[in-house]
Amino acid sequence: MTYHFDWSTLWTGQSGGWLLQGVITTLQIFAVGLIIAIVLGICAGALRTVPIAPLRWLASSYVEFFRNVPLLVWMFFGYFSVPPLLPQAMQDWLFDHGAEFWAAVFALGVYHGARFSEVMRAGIQSIPKTQLEAALSTGLTVGQAYRLIIIPVALRLIIPPATNETVNLLKNSSVALTIGVAELTFQTRQIETYTAKAFEALAAGTVIYLALCLTIASIMARVERRVAIPGLIVQGHTGTS
Amino acid sequence: MDFHVISNNFVFLIAQGFFGIGAFTGGTLRLAVPAIILGSTLGIILGLARLSPSPWLYGPAKVYVEFFRGVPLVMVIFWFWFIIPTLIGKSLPEYAVALTAFVVFEAAYLAEIVRAGIQSVARGQVEAAIATGLSKKQLMRHVILPQALRNMIPALVTQFIVLLKDTSLASIIGYVDLTKAAQIVNNREIRPFELYLFIAIVYWLCSYAMSRYARRLESSLSV
Repeated sequence: MTYHFDWSTLWTGQSGGWLLQGVITTLQIFAVGLIIAIVLGICAGALRTVPIAPLRWLASSYVEFFRNVPLLVWMFFGYFSVPPLLPQAMQDWLFDHGAEFWAAVFALGVYHGARFSEVMRAGIQSIPKTQLEAALSTGLTVGQAYRLIIIPVALRLIIPPATNETVNLLKNSSVALTIGVAELTFQTRQIETYTAKAFEALAAGTVIYLALCLTIASIMARVERRVAIPGLIVQGHTGTS
Repeated sequence: MDFHVISNNFVFLIAQGFFGIGAFTGGTLRLAVPAIILGSTLGIILGLARLSPSPWLYGPAKVYVEFFRGVPLVMVIFWFWFIIPTLIGKSLPEYAVALTAFVVFEAAYLAEIVRAGIQSVARGQVEAAIATGLSKKQLMRHVILPQALRNMIPALVTQFIVLLKDTSLASIIGYVDLTKAAQIVNNREIRPFELYLFIAIVYWLCSYAMSRYARRLESSLSV
């Protein structure tokens, strides 16, 4: 093995700026994707448990369809297949405002929304049914009972599995490089291309991802401690992508 | 919308892209099946190592699992893609690189499932087995593993579905799986809607069939 390490390649020239740009873009996709995923996840997860069959059916078909197709395919779909179907004005706006960014955010949002909804559903189902019955008997409608009681309680219960999903969303944002979003993995490859220092570039990217994952996990652990409901806990689940 | 692009390229997409029969070394299944078998083997070893009382076994296993669970799969694929040529002096085919990356990556997740499955066996069962005079080997083979495997099945199948979907990422290093096959056809025909919808349906059918099978297995095995 005749490889010469040159770690200075990471902060000389443009590499440092590229890495920083990559981290910022990764965090942007992550943040917007996470918001979409949480909103979709809460809605679909709650709808899957309501006592109204057509709503349950609608939510289940969304979840089953989006969850069982690879994220990469959703990225391609959002970038190549959807824009031509939109009205001309929207197409122009998209291509002026980073169509690949919005496609990536859309794909991450719908894919992880479907996965989040499974976590949400498990959370709601772990709440004793008598809670809903008690809420209804006090005169609340189903919608009010969900909005004021069931969903807030479920959200506090699901933090451990939701942490897993949040970390997965961050890691999966790297798939956006396939449609040309200049996020962290993309910039890592760019440094490799320009400097031919594959080992240093990949090590830098890997360390940054590990640090971001650990940060998310520790923030969520703190949130979990603050909002914990004594005596109630949902078992975390394993899973990726 | 013109779905002739699918019927005209059906053999290429399915035989080459999905099964891996054709001019290229490729195929979604040809990557997913060995990755599941080898990944599970490594996952069981790591999962058992994590439960070992020896720090020399559980320490490295823990570091391995935590490391790979904190890094994106895309990154791991690039690691092998760029580092293997540097280490051994020649580049390996895409298939070997992708398979190595998948086995190494998925083993970390499978190890956690194995560990959780073994830990899910009630403690009283172990004590009762020891009290009846079973040896450690017998305890593992007749008491712990049969129950642990049963508890693991839903999570294992979920992980296998994830792995099947993840194989689409092998296309980024040029491995001709179903996704890459659709890209190749699309470059020639420019029919992104029809092609990507088609492969979405193929992936969906596989995942859905696997999850249905898992549910059946789960109910037929439940105690």
